[in-house]
Amino acid sequence: MTSQPIKVLVVAVILAALAIVVPNTNSFVILLVTRALAFSILVMSLDILLGYTGLASLGQAAYLGVGAYLTAILATKFQFGLGYDFWLVMLLGILIGAALAAIFGLLAIRASGVYFLMITLALGQCVWGLAYRWNSLTGGDNGINLRVRPKFGPVDLANEVTFFYLVFFVFAASLLLMYMLVRSPFGRSLVGIRERELRMKILGYNTWLHKYLAFVMAGGFGGLSGVLWAHTAGIVSPINVELTSSVDALLMAVLGGAGTLVGGVIGAFIVFGLREYLSTVVPWWQYVLGAVYVLTILYLPTGLMGIPERIRQYRASKGNEQGEKKLAAAAS
Amino acid sequence: MNAQFWIIQAFNGVSYGALLFLVGSGLSLIFGVMRIVNLAHGSYFLLGGYVALTVIWTTGSWLLAIPVAACSIALIGLMMERVFLRPLGFDPLRQVLLTVGFAFLFQQAALDIWTGNNFDINPPAVLSQSVAVGGIFFPLYRAFMIAMAIAIGVGLWLVMDKTRMGAAVRATVDDAQMARGVGIDTSRISMFIFALGALLAALGGVIGGAFLGVYPGLDFEILPLAFAVVIIGGMGSLGGAAIGALLVGLADNFGKALFPEVSYFTLYAPMALILAVKPTGLFGRE
Repeated sequence: MTSQPIKVLVVAVILAALAIVVPNTNSFVILLVTRALAFSILVMSLDILLGYTGLASLGQAAYLGVGAYLTAILATKFQFGLGYDFWLVMLLGILIGAALAAIFGLLAIRASGVYFLMITLALGQCVWGLAYRWNSLTGGDNGINLRVRPKFGPVDLANEVTFFYLVFFVFAASLLLMYMLVRSPFGRSLVGIRERELRMKILGYNTWLHKYLAFVMAGGFGGLSGVLWAHTAGIVSPINVELTSSVDALLMAVLGGAGTLVGGVIGAFIVFGLREYLSTVVPWWQYVLGAVYVLTILYLPTGLMGIPERIRQYRASKGNEQGEKKLAAAAS
Repeated sequence: MNAQFWIIQAFNGVSYGALLFLVGSGLSLIFGVMRIVNLAHGSYFLLGGYVALTVIWTTGSWLLAIPVAACSIALIGLMMERVFLRPLGFDPLRQVLLTVGFAFLFQQAALDIWTGNNFDINPPAVLSQSVAVGGIFFPLYRAFMIAMAIAIGVGLWLVMDKTRMGAAVRATVDDAQMARGVGIDTSRISMFIFALGALLAALGGVIGGAFLGVYPGLDFEILPLAFAVVIIGGMGSLGGAAIGALLVGLADNFGKALFPEVSYFTLYAPMALILAVKPTGLFGRE
């Protein structure tokens, strides 16, 4: 195992490189990276549930959805959140995501395994149903267009580089917070619950409460990513809360490697890259995406982040074999 | 809002429920036997419709389209189960994700082969008429759907309840490990059930193609509804799937007619509540 400080350093260096290199590229890349970063917050929030707590949620897009719809509705109907009050909208986005998760969690946390998957699917569909049908509030199928991005003081987020930096810093702060969360005693007990819930119960942990709090916090981060997503995409529509959107988040987390936080970010970048770059190059890009998913699940259950570990194991087993051969040769 | 409104809406709801039964019963059986949440089930539905279209375009026969579509999709399901799902083991998350990967692959394949246009499957003229009963016109096709679903439901029930094979399936649903212990080949049972589920979904796709249409995206539209059927009815229970389908069909129809703004919410919120209170569904066994 590479030691923890080195890993953190690598991530920090990569992030710094991203912050320096991306603004100097063209606007296609800047938009692509901005989108991937905004969505990554949702994927990381899902990873807290999936990778650290062992709860696979099929409705995580709901939290991005409420954050995004809140931002869009406040901006278009009340002209709120287009100046300094944008920071307040961000806070409200976190709160509404957490509040929704607090309600949904009461229903969902009791279930486990496949049943958790199904109940989160049902809850996610509730949000989708409202977004799709509640025309007067959500604009129905057409969604809501956001024509202007916030502008406060000297900062004008309509500028794509400025907006990239905003998303980047919110992303980095979220990553840091979530990293601190999973390294904290609380995060450690989540991992304990993932590994063996009964034992944690016997040790006196209130496992329901732990899972519930993780669920609520994940919802809060989901709401935050929704606020950013609304202004990144410029449109909020039921597509954002569809089942496929939740499934996407889940696949990104697994593709990169569940239980690693940054794995989900890598997954998000790969999927967004394939989808938005490859789709301009070849018409059959979705085959590549489907094949990547299928192959990852078949051959890389630990995701891309698990590759170094697998190589090491492979080498170790090979080394053992050679050692045994030598021993056998010496014996004969 | 007179009696006529209620009768027509109820009729539409029941016929929609008949369609949902075809999709949901297969999904329910697959879940019951294999504990697999098959997110590619909507794809079977859509592909069934597409294959039927091809058969109709080349031979002009709607009657021929039904068995050809159903059997070819059953074959796809069978291969998916044998080649990919079976070797994967019993990790539910990996199974789910694998089926999603396939759903994406099928989506792209359908787009390539049948383009992104909307199609309708036109049933024979005999079935496109309407029959007047007591001054209300009932489309014959919807009555045909209900009859078809009842026939299939009864057929399934007979197989499950009266045959040795059915007994083996029920034993596998109840306790797969025990079933293996008494010498039931559960691997073969899963293969059979997966193919059967795909067949039923494809059948639904052909029959539903006449009034839902066949278009890209239909797969992920029908999928959550099928899950609602399975969850309300109870996973692995045929009778439950029938009742679940009827409830979802009626709720969907009346919801859209009476309170359109929250119609889907009124469908999925009860589903979530049922899951929270009784995870195995209303009629599922523990």
